[in-house]
Amino acid sequence: MATTKRKSITLADVRDLLGAEVLNEGDLSIKVERVGAADLLSDVLATSKTGTLLLTGLISPQVIRTAVVADLCGVVFVRGKKPGEDILLLAKESKVPVLGTQLKMFEAAGRLYVAISESQ
Amino acid sequence: MPEAFESVYRVLGKDLSNAGKVSTSIKDTLKRLGVHPAVVRRVAIVSYEAEMNLVMYAVRGKMSLSVSRDAVTLHIDDEGPGIPDISLAMQEGYSTATAEMREMGFGAGMGLPNIRKNADEFDISSEVGRGTRLFIRVIQAA
Repeated sequence: MATTKRKSITLADVRDLLGAEVLNEGDLSIKVERVGAADLLSDVLATSKTGTLLLTGLISPQVIRTAVVADLCGVVFVRGKKPGEDILLLAKESKVPVLGTQLKMFEAAGRLYVAISESQ
Repeated sequence: MPEAFESVYRVLGKDLSNAGKVSTSIKDTLKRLGVHPAVVRRVAIVSYEAEMNLVMYAVRGKMSLSVSRDAVTLHIDDEGPGIPDISLAMQEGYSTATAEMREMGFGAGMGLPNIRKNADEFDISSEVGRGTRLFIRVIQAA
């Protein structure tokens, strides 16, 4: 596969790279410069930087609240996990873009690592 | 320069679906007051960890927010089981969390160390069978 140097990737690129479904009406033009993969929200709070995209297999309202508190740029639920309507509503109200992919955490993180490394 | 502000928020223990709501509200308030974004983020993180601890372990409690020109201060006061050994609870990885708490993404023994790490001033006191008090201050650089 040919790769081209890009300035930066966006959430729309993330959707394409992961074959992901956009689960709410988030802003897909947001730039993604760093990604974190975690199921432990305390680790996200302790180590993430502003603007991080979170990959997680954890489904709970606290994932969205963590995204708000830590200024994350969005959340991707991996392994085909589907958040409930309550979580999607909270994400919409909180303006947190939410995507879902069938990929496992390792492969999703790997694809984004490659894409972001090539863009920098 | 942020204006002075004070508010008290009530938090109910075991109310898992609302856990974190107060902290997102505190964050909105600090942003509205014009507090520096880096300070807002640190306060929101400590507030959220403290709120999760309160919801997971205590019966009820209150979180008092105070914003001055120099600092953002949180007093968190709960009615709950208390902490028998504070120095042990402050160690990363030490936890008494249940499986349910861990399924929410918390309870890995990171909460109190995270709070201390993000605070400029931090104090904790606890009485077994009564409850726990936290004092947290984040200084706003001039």
